[in-house]
Amino acid sequence: MKALRKLLDKQKPHFEKGGRFEKFHSAFDSVETLLFVPDKVTFSGSHIRDAIDMKRTMIVVFVSLIPTVLFGMWNIGYQHFISHGIVPELWTSFFYGFWKMLPIIIVSYAVGLGIEIIFAQYKGHEVNEGFFVSGLLIPLIVPPETPLWQIAIAVAFAVIFGKEVFGGTGMNIVNPALTARAFLFFAYPADMSGDKVWIADKLDAYSGATPLGNALVGNFDKIPSPYDMFMGFIPGSIGETSVLMILLGAAILLITGIGNWRIMFSVFAGGIVMALLFNWWGANEYMKLPFYYHLIMGGFAFGAVFMATDPVTAAQTKRGMYIYGFLIGVIAILIRVFNPAYPEGVMLSILLMNVFAPLIDHYVIESNIKKRLKRMKDLVSN
Amino acid sequence: MSTSYLIKKGLDIKLLGDSEKTIVDYTAKRFAIKPTDFIGVFPKMMVSEGDLVKVGTPLFFDKNRSNLIFTSPVSGKVEALNRGAKRRLLEVIIESDGKNETVKVENQKVDGLSREAIIEKLLQTGLWPMLRQRPYSVIANPAEMPKAIFVPAFDTSPLAPDFDLIVHGRGEEFQQGLDVLRKLTNGNVHLNVDAKNTTSKVFLNSKNVQINKFGGPHPAGNVSVHASKISPINKGEVIWYLYPQDVLTIGSFFMSGKLDFTRIVALAGSEVLKPRYYKTTLGASIRRMVDGNVTKGNNRFISGNVLTGEKIETDGFIGYYDSLVTVIPEGDYAEFFGWLLPGFKKFSFSKVFLSWMFPNRKYRLDTNLHGGHRNLVMTGKYEQVFPFDIYPMALLKAIMVEDIDAMENLGIYEIDAEDFALCEVIDTSKTEMQAIVRKGLELMRKEMS
Repeated sequence: MKALRKLLDKQKPHFEKGGRFEKFHSAFDSVETLLFVPDKVTFSGSHIRDAIDMKRTMIVVFVSLIPTVLFGMWNIGYQHFISHGIVPELWTSFFYGFWKMLPIIIVSYAVGLGIEIIFAQYKGHEVNEGFFVSGLLIPLIVPPETPLWQIAIAVAFAVIFGKEVFGGTGMNIVNPALTARAFLFFAYPADMSGDKVWIADKLDAYSGATPLGNALVGNFDKIPSPYDMFMGFIPGSIGETSVLMILLGAAILLITGIGNWRIMFSVFAGGIVMALLFNWWGANEYMKLPFYYHLIMGGFAFGAVFMATDPVTAAQTKRGMYIYGFLIGVIAILIRVFNPAYPEGVMLSILLMNVFAPLIDHYVIESNIKKRLKRMKDLVSN
Repeated sequence: MSTSYLIKKGLDIKLLGDSEKTIVDYTAKRFAIKPTDFIGVFPKMMVSEGDLVKVGTPLFFDKNRSNLIFTSPVSGKVEALNRGAKRRLLEVIIESDGKNETVKVENQKVDGLSREAIIEKLLQTGLWPMLRQRPYSVIANPAEMPKAIFVPAFDTSPLAPDFDLIVHGRGEEFQQGLDVLRKLTNGNVHLNVDAKNTTSKVFLNSKNVQINKFGGPHPAGNVSVHASKISPINKGEVIWYLYPQDVLTIGSFFMSGKLDFTRIVALAGSEVLKPRYYKTTLGASIRRMVDGNVTKGNNRFISGNVLTGEKIETDGFIGYYDSLVTVIPEGDYAEFFGWLLPGFKKFSFSKVFLSWMFPNRKYRLDTNLHGGHRNLVMTGKYEQVFPFDIYPMALLKAIMVEDIDAMENLGIYEIDAEDFALCEVIDTSKTEMQAIVRKGLELMRKEMS
């Protein structure tokens, strides 16, 4: 530890301005701050500070994603072997999926962090930790059969156009991970839909349709049991299938206070309300689908817990959060049931509400301003 | 009649090193008035190095408001005029002769004096700067009529001094001081006490004032919180405020005609060996107070509390408005994987470190920033320690882009930099919020004048 510190201190001057490796300052800095919380002390305002920083915040989110990652790995293998008519053992499935998913994770981080470090160096600031989480979110929301080069392009697009052009983590309008997913969805529609991509290397004869895919074409009898969907024994994007694991992650986020319960709660509330409305309307089979099916199918739970709650792109006022979350839930179900082109509506509804979040906040804050002006007016008139 | 208010949002930061409730006499050799304690004041010297001064001798006045004079708290010799960058005057240091000779001022009964006459006396004696105003926290403008005067009789900040102890046995002077304040406003004088901890008869038996009770965590003791509950500050309105020791000084002057800048100051913090109260005079040097009374090692000496105080040297001086000196360790060390450890002993408002399982732990906190500066990312946290009907993040952003209208609309008149101290402490992005808010307030002040 001390030796490491000494080594860093010795190498540091080379990376400072005027040093030999000045061009790699941001890269060095990111490694240094990863290893050591810097020795910077307060110089203005409060003399003491909370021990929390962006790294700690992001590692908590990272940890909350681990259950879905592990389950996702297992499920890749499980679905693969099932499609071949084999009932696999736990570890066989897991390792099959592990080797399938690891390259995706590596590509995602390598491309994303590489771009982040270049931007940080170029703009002269420290490397943002935001991609720490985005880099893991992206592999979780893509189908297991997504080609690696497509992931690389999508990540690059998301980091550059979804985030860095706005000024980096904290300044972006839409969720970077979902930007990557949307890019894949619209740029390579042939590879991103149908029933081939959801199961790794499946036999052609076996139907690999997701529950949502089945629902879209009216195969309601082929939708798996609610138990299987809740547990996640179904084909789908890698991290989205197991609602149980997602809830485990949600618990971590809520206990630590990193995830916002208002948003999670209202996304589910919006989804339930919309699904119940459809039940009541009942114009077609899809509308009659029990409301809780919607919560455990597709990416609804994953989106509610990990995507909608991104503090940067969500609404920031308390009342705004309720409105924002509720509308995400409503629109997601609306798209699912009404739009024949998209089996899943969660991604689009979150992206849409990301764009509208500042507007919602604007009106919430406006009402606060009006209250203040009214107080002033009452004063004058008295 | 008293009204009670319960503040729900906030945070009590529990630190080690609370002062023991005993008062010892403390005689310092050097004293200083620091022009930097007074926001917006441009000092013009009236004495020079080597001049002999008495208690109450004018030292300097404000270039912008020439009737605002600042007087010496002790008698002795002007030892030095310390200047900083761009020749900015930092300290007017006086070497005390220990005699406390006082300039002669005629005193009269408060009852017979008009508002103007009282103001004149306060200005002349240099007691006036004790009165500050909101918005902006600058010294009150004698030409204005405040809608109310606030006297917070308790402090909720970490390791705060106990005002009950400070005013103990001085009820008469305190009441006299309140009577003086009474004449300065056509509104109320609000004496705000702690619903639970204020027990002093001096406060609770005060007359001719409105006593309000406040409960809850810090910042329940802040002036802005009191004003926001009792009488929110609208555009164009001002309130004045001052602290109990200043009320005593004003009261005792009008009772005896003698200027007495006695101050009781708490010395606290985890690095103090014997934390206790010291009876001294305004602007005292802390050198002999901390000499041999703090742990060895690199420490930070703060005049005031850890949230809003000012860093001073070991031979520095206690600020004009401060009744507390805090000593905590400096945090100039790099911590190996500090962000990854379970953190049983790390202080955090969020429950991301396991220390949240021990809510009653008292902490020995240092000055480490615990991370690097980032863009604002986390939301919904500041509101939990910010008990105002104001959107803190929106206001901060309005200040950052210097949008005057938005700042006004979002309520900048109702708050002060100190109200953002807790937001600053818990901020994940390590934003210097108090500096930002102070900048915004100064911008508003210039815009409005």
